[in-house]
Amino acid sequence: MSNENWEPRIVAFFCNWCTYTAADLAGVSRMKYAPNIRVIRLMCSGRVDPQFVCDALAKGADGVLIGGCHPGDCHYVEGNYKMLRRFDLLKRMLDDMGVEKERVRLEWISAAEGEKVKRVVNEMAEAVKKLGPLGMPKKFNEWDSEMEHFAAHVAATEAASGCGCAVHGKKETVHA
Amino acid sequence: MPKPKVAFYWCASCGGCEETVVDLAEDILGVVEVVDIVLWPVAMDFKYKDIEAMPDKSIVATLLNGAIRSTEQEEMARLMRRKSQFLIAYGACAVSGGIPGMANQFPREQILKFNYEDCPTIANEKKVRPQTSFTEEGRETTLPQLHNVVRSLDQVVDVDYYVPGCPPTPKLTKLAVTALLEGKLPPKGSVIAPDIALCNECPRKETKPNDISFVEFKRPHQLLMDDKCFLAQGVVCMGPATRSGCEAACTTGGMPCTGCFGGTSRVHDQGMKIMSSLAANVAAKDEAGIAKTLAGIPDPIGTFYRYGLAKSTLRRKVNLPKEA
Repeated sequence: MSNENWEPRIVAFFCNWCTYTAADLAGVSRMKYAPNIRVIRLMCSGRVDPQFVCDALAKGADGVLIGGCHPGDCHYVEGNYKMLRRFDLLKRMLDDMGVEKERVRLEWISAAEGEKVKRVVNEMAEAVKKLGPLGMPKKFNEWDSEMEHFAAHVAATEAASGCGCAVHGKKETVHA
Repeated sequence: MPKPKVAFYWCASCGGCEETVVDLAEDILGVVEVVDIVLWPVAMDFKYKDIEAMPDKSIVATLLNGAIRSTEQEEMARLMRRKSQFLIAYGACAVSGGIPGMANQFPREQILKFNYEDCPTIANEKKVRPQTSFTEEGRETTLPQLHNVVRSLDQVVDVDYYVPGCPPTPKLTKLAVTALLEGKLPPKGSVIAPDIALCNECPRKETKPNDISFVEFKRPHQLLMDDKCFLAQGVVCMGPATRSGCEAACTTGGMPCTGCFGGTSRVHDQGMKIMSSLAANVAAKDEAGIAKTLAGIPDPIGTFYRYGLAKSTLRRKVNLPKEA
């Protein structure tokens, strides 16, 4: 599963007013940071629906970074507090679903903190790299492989009997 | 003209859904008059062999309740799919995994070990576990095997319609059966229930505040009975993220909604959606205060995914054991 060339893919939800602008600043300041993040710009960290985070992880992201304005600085007054509150339960729920807590991170990064974007992204890429791939799509396939055995068995019985049914009473192939 | 054939089948379920069919009361007579029930293990004696001998698609509709958790259930789900023109996921377990779906938090080995060895009410000194096959006096008996993963019906076979609820109401059942018999069919994949949140039909709706602010979460038994909105009283109520159609049975009866009807069509992950809504409305603004308030929800997975863990975005906590 782990090979040396593997690089984590991290989805980053950045708020338009602070963190995204900070990432822009990091860019124009020619700072270099880990190329592992894919930034999605939202108007506010309060717009980050926990469904987005789950969806990103389920579709193959190895980590999710959420960036918003510092408390008190939200362009919409309250948005970042909403994210902060959701984040507490989100972390607990992800932990209960077997997703390590280092894979999801919330940071306040103001428009002036290009340096912090660089630091946080580097730290996160490093932490997720240490954990290895999350690989949810692969896991889904593995979980459902226990059904493939059975589908194959039904198809084989059908072909053999020609009656379109797996007949009860006959020995069934039992799979692990 | 022969009567259309209808089948009822149950998989990993408690039998409550079957109860709803019985709860049709006298109306069941009307149903029996116009249809021919070809399989209903809970109430009538039929043999699987008779179903197997029927031509494919010869049953008009099968209402299947329960999650799919064993090889037998999977085989029956596939059989009923093949023999039926319409397969209806009936009840929360078939729709989204239901209560049995919460087993997806644990490895199969842990579940079996607890139930056959460690459970305090079990006396099983030899640690006997059910085997998938057993031979005595030259005769072999077989038992189905428990799957590692609990699944909703549509994670196993193609499903035409969904009737949600734990259990579905007799009213929705009648609606679904009538639609089938009269051929007035909604588009495939439809959920036979209104596509609007439960709050819409809740009798406590009037007292739902515009701004909800949770200082602490309470459990229903910590309240005096009254008819105010549960959210206004600090009780976790899944109403805002749950489909209506149950005629607000629980909230009318003094209990908050636990989300058995699943989300509306706009909700992709019911548990995350209600968590998002509740958590965002906590009053505290500092991490410690927020954590203190949210500690009032000690088991978020069991609370928010009570009926939908199997069908949730992340589906399951533990990976499968490595194959020997």
